[in-house]
Amino acid sequence: MSSTTVAKPSRAGGRTRRIASPAVVRTASVLAGLVAWEIYGRMIHSSIFTYPSAIGRASLALVEAGELQFYLKSSLIVFSLGLLLAIIAGIPLGVLFARRATVEYASDPWINALYATPTVALIPVIVLWLGFQTTAKVALVFLFCVFPILINTYQGVKNTDNRLVEVARSFCSGESRLWRDLILPSAAPFILAGVRLAIGRGLVGMVVAEFYTSINGLGYMIVQYANTFKTDRLFVPIVILMIMGVTLTSLLRRLERRVAPWLHMIMEEDRGA
Amino acid sequence: MSPKIVVDGVSKTFQQGAVRALRDCALEVYPNEFLCIIGPSGCGKTTLLRIIDGLVTPDAGRVLIGGAEVTAPRKDIAVVFQHFGLFPWKMVYDNVAYGLRVHGHTESEIRESVPRYIELTGLAGFERSYPYQLSGGMQQRVGLARALAVEPSVLLMDEPFGSLDAQTRELMQEELLRLGRIQPKTLIFVTHSIDEAIILGDRIALMSSRPGTVKEVLDVDIPRPRDPEEVRRMSQYLTLRHHIWSELRSEVVGGVAR
Repeated sequence: MSSTTVAKPSRAGGRTRRIASPAVVRTASVLAGLVAWEIYGRMIHSSIFTYPSAIGRASLALVEAGELQFYLKSSLIVFSLGLLLAIIAGIPLGVLFARRATVEYASDPWINALYATPTVALIPVIVLWLGFQTTAKVALVFLFCVFPILINTYQGVKNTDNRLVEVARSFCSGESRLWRDLILPSAAPFILAGVRLAIGRGLVGMVVAEFYTSINGLGYMIVQYANTFKTDRLFVPIVILMIMGVTLTSLLRRLERRVAPWLHMIMEEDRGA
Repeated sequence: MSPKIVVDGVSKTFQQGAVRALRDCALEVYPNEFLCIIGPSGCGKTTLLRIIDGLVTPDAGRVLIGGAEVTAPRKDIAVVFQHFGLFPWKMVYDNVAYGLRVHGHTESEIRESVPRYIELTGLAGFERSYPYQLSGGMQQRVGLARALAVEPSVLLMDEPFGSLDAQTRELMQEELLRLGRIQPKTLIFVTHSIDEAIILGDRIALMSSRPGTVKEVLDVDIPRPRDPEEVRRMSQYLTLRHHIWSELRSEVVGGVAR
């Protein structure tokens, strides 16, 4: 693309050139990538690299042996418990910080310090305190998840439109109705975005926890098959993790859209779509 | 006839006295009267309205409604806001029902009442739309329906058509005149449009620039029902318009010079 053609991209000019639908381009890109991987992967020794059809075969074998389900279940329990606890703790704490200035000032140095600390650095401490078992792993996932939820909830509550608060006061709304009608609905999209961020971080936390603690979960599968150079099997948990990440994140996006359709409307208008 | 609303020597400053918004405001509004407040921008019109609604406490003076001093928002006063103030996550129906729900009306009362006001304000067919799906004019109809639905004895309107385009604005003025014929209310209407004030008001209170105070209250001697187009051709309209503009002009110029 020469600089002269992109110097002034007018909206009308962009529309005259027909572009294939996004779904078609995406599918074509994924298919081309997979085919290239398959061809290239076959040319390299199987202990170093692998290819899609081999991963497919390996995952079938792992499912038949019951191994994949076993480790996946263990990982899912750790992940969902950690995330659930983070939601249960993060949302009320975020609300509390947003509504009580004293609590906010007292806790924000702690929150900021903990959020800024790479959570991975805390793993040895957690292991020291909580051991190698599920408790320690859940605690780690919790630590990875709780801050984005807490901070987004705080932002969401703080972001409540003051003009609408005045509308509510003008109609003589009590505090509990104010929460139901205004503060929670307006914070909801922020909270969901926080949960979406937490899912990404929580998956990282889960795998890292499984690397360093007891022998279980998808993280353990990765370490085990990497050490034994079974690259096709090594990629099975990686693909599973990828699918989990993509599915959960897009689920949350869909939920965000349903909870706050007006926000997406505004964003789409801004993008000129 | 005793006044419905008495504004008695109201003053208000902001930022620890640095900004003097209102100075010794006095005003009387009679039952079922349509009073317009007009003044240069930043003269404290909106602040005065918020004090009358009980959202803001004055530094000095007081507001009486039906003889009782206003200290907090009351259920029998409703406000229509310039920014519409609709809840984006509620459908039109629930936005209109909002005031009734907050006031603790039963669902059966709400089911009986809300459709009437939706009909009255020309929103039929849009019950299940969200505010973002409506034009500005339609959104303000929702704001109006929500305020009327609580059946207030006083309606306060804060530049309700200020953010609408000129044509929608004239349509909404006609709507308001029509509604006034069906359901007379004691109404205070803040505006910065001289035309709007004359077309809608029984009386017009002229405010000075900041610190705002009521300089003059004018009678609009034009009979109802009014047709905006006809009103604009009347000699009373032209005389009033000229008078208000010359008064406002000196305030605006003075305000700028200060």
